[in-house]
Amino acid sequence: MSESLISVAYIGAIILFILSLGGLSNPETSRRGNLYGTIGMIIAVLATVLGPRVSADGIAWIAAALVIGGALGLYLARTVQMTQMPELVAFMHSLVGLVAVVVGYASYIDPTAAAGMSPAEESVHHVEVYLGILIGAVTLSGSVIAFGKLSGKIGGKPVLLPARHGLNLALLIAVIALGYWFLTAGSNDEGMKPLVAMTVIALLFGVHMVMAIGGADMPVVVSMLNSYSGWAAAATGFMLSNDLLIVTGALVGSSGAILSYIMCRAMNRQFLSVIAGGFGAGAPSTAATGGAAQPAGEVVSVSAAETAELLKEANSIIIVPGYGMAVAQAQHTVYEITKYLREKGKNVRFAIHPVAGRMPGHMNVLLAEAKVPYDIVLEMDEINADFPDTNVAMVIGANDIVNPSAQDDPTSPIAGMPVLEVWKAQTSIVMKRSMASGYAGVDNPLFYRENNRMLFGDAKKMLDDVLVALKA
Amino acid sequence: MPQIIGIPKETFPGEKRVASVPEVVEKLRKLGFQVLVQSGAGEAASIGDDEYRAAGASVVADAVAVWSGADIIFKVRAPSREEVALLREGMTVVSFIWPAQNPELLQALAAKKCTVLAMDSVPRISRAQKLDALSSMANIGGYRAVIEAAHEFGRFFTGQITAAGKVPPAKVFVIGAGVAGLAAIGAASGLGAIVRANDTRPEVADQIKSLGGEYVPVDYVEEGSGVGGYAKVMSEGFQKAQREVFARQAKEVDIIITTALIPGKPAPRLITAEMVQSMKPGSVIVDMAAEQGGNCELTEPGKVVVKHGVTLIGYTDLPSRLPRQASNLYATNLFRLSEELCKAKDGVFNVNMEDEVIRGTTVVKEGAITWPPPTPKLSAAPPAATAQKPVAKPAPEKQGHGHGGGGEQMSPRKTVLLFGTAAVLFALAGLYAPAAFLGHFTVFVLACFVGYMVVWNVTPSLHTPLMSVTNAISSIIVIGALVQIAPPAAAVLESGAARPNDIIRWLAVAGIALTAVNMFGGFAVTRRMLSMFRK
Repeated sequence: MSESLISVAYIGAIILFILSLGGLSNPETSRRGNLYGTIGMIIAVLATVLGPRVSADGIAWIAAALVIGGALGLYLARTVQMTQMPELVAFMHSLVGLVAVVVGYASYIDPTAAAGMSPAEESVHHVEVYLGILIGAVTLSGSVIAFGKLSGKIGGKPVLLPARHGLNLALLIAVIALGYWFLTAGSNDEGMKPLVAMTVIALLFGVHMVMAIGGADMPVVVSMLNSYSGWAAAATGFMLSNDLLIVTGALVGSSGAILSYIMCRAMNRQFLSVIAGGFGAGAPSTAATGGAAQPAGEVVSVSAAETAELLKEANSIIIVPGYGMAVAQAQHTVYEITKYLREKGKNVRFAIHPVAGRMPGHMNVLLAEAKVPYDIVLEMDEINADFPDTNVAMVIGANDIVNPSAQDDPTSPIAGMPVLEVWKAQTSIVMKRSMASGYAGVDNPLFYRENNRMLFGDAKKMLDDVLVALKA
Repeated sequence: MPQIIGIPKETFPGEKRVASVPEVVEKLRKLGFQVLVQSGAGEAASIGDDEYRAAGASVVADAVAVWSGADIIFKVRAPSREEVALLREGMTVVSFIWPAQNPELLQALAAKKCTVLAMDSVPRISRAQKLDALSSMANIGGYRAVIEAAHEFGRFFTGQITAAGKVPPAKVFVIGAGVAGLAAIGAASGLGAIVRANDTRPEVADQIKSLGGEYVPVDYVEEGSGVGGYAKVMSEGFQKAQREVFARQAKEVDIIITTALIPGKPAPRLITAEMVQSMKPGSVIVDMAAEQGGNCELTEPGKVVVKHGVTLIGYTDLPSRLPRQASNLYATNLFRLSEELCKAKDGVFNVNMEDEVIRGTTVVKEGAITWPPPTPKLSAAPPAATAQKPVAKPAPEKQGHGHGGGGEQMSPRKTVLLFGTAAVLFALAGLYAPAAFLGHFTVFVLACFVGYMVVWNVTPSLHTPLMSVTNAISSIIVIGALVQIAPPAAAVLESGAARPNDIIRWLAVAGIALTAVNMFGGFAVTRRMLSMFRK
């Protein structure tokens, strides 16, 4: 295959990748989108392997590596639980980061990579190698920590070191200094020292950054790491002078960046303050400000049977799922209840807050897995106006995203965050394990509203009971 | 021994409702009761004896048979003198009683050593909402008030443009946005009228708006919420301001529906004779408070009269004018009460005076008058705390996912700064960077923009598949490893340096294997997820 043919094949792959992302605008076209992506990937890999830059000696190695990695990948894809999707995504991000590091090192020690370059071009190449490894290493360690937090292997609480901003700054300065040393190094062997030192610092930086971020901010972190993995690919593309890598990396990078932006907006927080870590660490404690705003009234708890009764009498019902539903694996029971109620001619819909769950779109995937039709699963903006006409709003394992104080208490730490207005429904039922406050540590006045009922217990068990009571 | 519930035919003149309907009879039987229905009890509500029989009730010929055969009597109107005479000791009667207005009746019932539950005395707490018959009747009354008004009103409610000319929409003013008022607002706006409403309790403004009405405030600061969600008597200054508002509305609107009631007091006089006079001829006033003396000075209870060219409707039996619906809801309220009274489902009433709801509803317990009950404990938040709170600034107006939904417009200064910085950076790159780099840089910048445009179009419900597919696509980084694994010998020679082939190869193989996990896994899991999204 000639260079020109390869270029054409790469352009084809780029177009297919763009179509693949474009296809996701709608569930109908999304399956085809995924197919486009797959075809694009096959074309790109085949064109490279058959091209002049890979000699026949390598084919066997490549095939073996692809089979091993591919088998593992397919196994993971087949066996992963939908509730574990955030972990899988974080794990895959870490792989992209690791590969970026590996390719960066290989490229640095490979004399053919910089062959025939002018001195200026060579220093640009070195900067690219340096940046590629830096971004790759941060992505790697950050994703590993995110994976640990999401899978519960590491505690979800933010770990805040003293003077952590100063520490970050020191690390950054060290990276720049090492970069200067690296660029002025005479030989490869000498350049290796600062390169390794920088890699270690970058890994530490990734760990430190994600450790400081709490569980419910994970949607931002996961999408940010998604973005980083894209930039790592783009940096590798610059390093190898490969446009396909650059374009793909840029696509992925901007996709992740937009997702982070959407998530931050959904929490009404600044991107930087999320990354800086720790919810409300700088804000005044709730006890100080909350004195006047302490919710008054009594909490009315109901039984599963009474909940079933309320559902039976309602005509329109909105279900608001949160992370609690995912933890309890209750989505299938939720679907059974939905199916039963819909057969009775009731209007049952789902309201999804953008940051419900641990990654963007998490709830949608869980509900889709439980066979809930996607046309009754609506976004916050689409459904918020419908709550006043709703008989029953059922909140399953969510807290901060239905907190009215975000709207009417300017002193609340979550003031201004867009929330689902479940309290406007005739009756709201909140399913929770206890009265504990949510991630933001804010008391929820919703629980004390006159039209609110609390159903305490494990979401899965309670919903099973509700289903039994409904069918009785 | 299960108890027998008796449903006699209502004796009050013009009363068309019945205290139970076949659907509810079935449910009562499930609670363990037997049901006895007087023949013809449901006639006025278009329910035949056969329907009751089909639901499992026994139908008996006359009232005496019901009263003598039953242990519990369900009624709508309070028992008449004749009916009280039929009572036996130990019986239970459930109906509207109005104990405050009918002390003699209460005495007579107590003298019979009965237990009496008054549906008008159900406490106004959340738990008791399902048996709040006053609300369900008020709801029907509000609806019917609009229908009666439409009947007397000589025009359409909705505005129309017809070949024969333009019809303006009717303007309806509703006073008092309680259950009845809100039902009237909903019904009138459903018919297409322009609806305005006023209430002394400012917190109902949202409810008025939610039903399609427009809230007309009185510009006078005073909190109008009394105990238990009812209105209270307002100060003189407020009343003056309120009258001015009403006088202004009277001149403009075509239909006024008044629902203002204060518990235990005569209805407030809100519409004066002058206001009636100022209304357009052909206008209609429905006075839903007619039974308690009327909100309008000129109302005659139970009658329709025309004064100053304005039709004044003073019906006191509005819910009864929708007999089937009213019977259905009332019967359901009674069933809910029965559930509370018969938690064991063994067909026996247990009047548990410890229960707040039953305590409030029971006015005579085995011959002892237990009315009025102790005041219910407040369940609502202290109103002052919530009412005065400043409202947080609303969340930034959100744009849906769509082209460039990038949030708010930047301030001009910021824009200039941003473009300035970009220009400096580009100038630097142009001055110092090699040409080859700039080619790639162009591609990079353009690709960022393409990505930006494409990704904003992704529907939020597919954000997780988006992440997994971008993950799979970012395994394109494999190309980096592929070109390193075994470059052609010529290229190696050309570079002139010794190439550490083995190390590079192992690094590259590791890289390929790792990305393969991503590549295969990413696309496969995306496929799996997307196949789950279905209509």
